[in-house]
Amino acid sequence: MAGVAVSTTINGDAVEYLCQPDETLLEVLRDRLGLTGAKEGCGTGDCGACSVIVDGRLVCSCLVLGAEAEGRKVETIEGMAHGDQLHPLQQKFIEHAALQCGICTPGFLIAAKDLLAKNPSPTEEEIRFGLAGNLCRCTGYDKIVRAVQDAANVMKGA
Amino acid sequence: MRYIRPLSIEDAVGELAKAVGPAAILAGGSDLLVRMKGGFIEPELIVDIKAIGGLADITETADGFRIGAAVPCAVLGENKAVRKAWPGVVEAANLIGSKQVQGRCTITGNLCNASPAADSVPALVAAGAKAVVAGPSGKRTIAVESVPTGPGRTSLAKGEIIEAILLDKRPVHAGDAYLRFIPRTEMDIAVVSAGVNLTLDDKGAIKTARVALGAAAPTVLLVEEAGQVLVGSKLDEATLERLAKICSGACRPIDDKRGTIEFRRKVAGVLAQRAAAIAYKRAGGK
Repeated sequence: MAGVAVSTTINGDAVEYLCQPDETLLEVLRDRLGLTGAKEGCGTGDCGACSVIVDGRLVCSCLVLGAEAEGRKVETIEGMAHGDQLHPLQQKFIEHAALQCGICTPGFLIAAKDLLAKNPSPTEEEIRFGLAGNLCRCTGYDKIVRAVQDAANVMKGA
Repeated sequence: MRYIRPLSIEDAVGELAKAVGPAAILAGGSDLLVRMKGGFIEPELIVDIKAIGGLADITETADGFRIGAAVPCAVLGENKAVRKAWPGVVEAANLIGSKQVQGRCTITGNLCNASPAADSVPALVAAGAKAVVAGPSGKRTIAVESVPTGPGRTSLAKGEIIEAILLDKRPVHAGDAYLRFIPRTEMDIAVVSAGVNLTLDDKGAIKTARVALGAAAPTVLLVEEAGQVLVGSKLDEATLERLAKICSGACRPIDDKRGTIEFRRKVAGVLAQRAAAIAYKRAGGK
């Protein structure tokens, strides 16, 4: 099979890769580019562990073809911290112990970032609905919701 | 397998028409990629239609709205004009999947996936929406309800693509609504659903009505008799009873783990009543 040549932008950097036409963006990120933050949970768009932002839209990277990223702007968990400076959401996830095994965490962080970008002061209900596309089998969600609320307060004050 | 991203609808149609093996159209991919991963389809050609001019746009025309086939449901939900004119259609479209899926899924894809439980389709059928089909022999505009012919099957011929969904301009006293039953509070497949679209006269009596049911038969059902029974009424108790009875009777549901035939029949009637009440209120009826 001939590869598809793709030029895209990932976390602000110009990136070029060759991928197979049936390869997902998640597979490209993980297996070709070494960006292993996005995880494969279900591979069918149900769990949100592979969440990334493409052109300002939160999507499951398992439901996007690598070839589709041509000319787009992709944001992944790897671009969330600035050097050693954690994003307020990352900091608050640590402080509130909003993770246990950690597999779902990159997806939650990206989804929460997208949520707060669109709604800087979400209610608890809006947070729960906003993160309903992300599954966590460890925390019971409460600590995640608290962490997002706290981060929202910090980010509003910033 | 080949992936192509044509820039014109003619090129897309041409590629699909001459494809030898199985070919698939890609817009949001939220059904296609899941089916590919599950091994239910192995396309030799994927035609990504998102770069085709106009397909990613919502346009307000003299006749109403034209919603391009590649418009994600999240974008549809953010369009104030469509939301104001067709709140039932928009709320149905926004029920599909999570935030992540909303960023990709489209109402045209929902229609062409041809699931009997597709959320946006009963609302579109009730709304009298039309599909603009581009094909090897030109373009045609057809009623949305004529697209699905059975679970996973459509009336589209080889080489044909739905390029847009059309919604009419609204008169003053008009409203629509969509309701579904699911055992959770969100992110589930409809066990049964109902879409209702009404227009009222100046005195608040129903002038026109369309009622559609989802997950109640092999395809989404337009229940014409249910619409007729509403005309002339102000949704009095007796009319609502007749509406429920007609809807329950029109169902040809399956028994499965998500609901029994009996349950689906009963709930179809109840949801039609409730959706009618919401549509009536939205239309300004009292």
